[in-house]
Amino acid sequence: MMNYIFGGMILLSFVFSVVNGRLDQLSNAALEQAGNAVELTFSLVGVLCLWSGLMKIAQGSGLTHALGKALSPITKRLFKGLNPEGEAIQAVCMNMIANFLGLGNAATPLGIQAICAMKKEEHAKRATNNMVTFVVLNTASFQLIPTTIALLRMKNGAGTPFDILPAVWVSSAVSVTVAILFAKLLAPVWRDS
Amino acid sequence: MAAAMVPVVIAVIVGYGLVKGTPVFDLFLEGAKEGLVTSARILPALVGLVAAVGMFRVSGGLDILSWAMQPLGKLVGLPKEVLPLALMRPISGSGAMALFHDLLMEHGADSLIGRVSSVMMGSTETTFYTIAVYYGAAGIKNTRHSVPAALAGDVTGFLMSALMVRLLF
Repeated sequence: MMNYIFGGMILLSFVFSVVNGRLDQLSNAALEQAGNAVELTFSLVGVLCLWSGLMKIAQGSGLTHALGKALSPITKRLFKGLNPEGEAIQAVCMNMIANFLGLGNAATPLGIQAICAMKKEEHAKRATNNMVTFVVLNTASFQLIPTTIALLRMKNGAGTPFDILPAVWVSSAVSVTVAILFAKLLAPVWRDS
Repeated sequence: MAAAMVPVVIAVIVGYGLVKGTPVFDLFLEGAKEGLVTSARILPALVGLVAAVGMFRVSGGLDILSWAMQPLGKLVGLPKEVLPLALMRPISGSGAMALFHDLLMEHGADSLIGRVSSVMMGSTETTFYTIAVYYGAAGIKNTRHSVPAALAGDVTGFLMSALMVRLLF
């Protein structure tokens, strides 16, 4: 699927830039953005190391175990067949907490750990149903307080920057539910291409 | 709020470790080393995706696709001004943030367009970035139904944003 998205985006860019006469900008963008991606990764190295290190501490001290237990009523239903005491489910819990608290740059490293741990636990070569559920939970992430958005709203003259919160919560809750529903419904019918 | 959360969470993790007598620094180093390996593994996925998104942005494709989607947007109550944001949101976080900022400056934060775009930004994520980074790090090529399920969630988020703003304001 990612093959089609990557290929589709590049082909569309080519066609549109021919139509718009922007081929020069296109070649610049390709080279420049490839460089930017390296910078982006470099900026991620620090947070990845920091949160991976903190995660190891939390595992060693039993903190993730305790949190995993506390969230097990939710995770038990969402992630069938994963060891409830295992490393994967604990990383899943830490990622959910980070998302909920709006710690965006902690959620990514913890999410990566969760996927890697699931791959190990489920001996998977391709995405498993649990992985899809987990990824979808992250792409439709439920956030309690969208700080950056409120800040931008305040800068641009919002009377009450946070007055959108109820709308954000309902909208997030519904979209997360629909995403998980699709993840579950498509699981048995999906044919690998 | 979020700014205070990070130090609190770090303090809780390290504090709990110390109370339990765990070798906090040794464990930290062990984990941080794994983080380094992960970073190297996500680099190829990021280069591919960021370059493709960058090309798409300069090609002017966003305007053409938004224009093509106007009838559909009208049908579901999405103002035509927010359509480029809806298209950009799943592929680029920084690109979406820039478009969002422009919308707020042009139309005001408390306009219908300002509010719908705020709710859209708050209730969705950079879907393709997340999928590319997570599966890239784990070395999984076949993502099965991840993309359609995630996009179903995104589309729902966009529709709900327009609906909720119209209902609540």
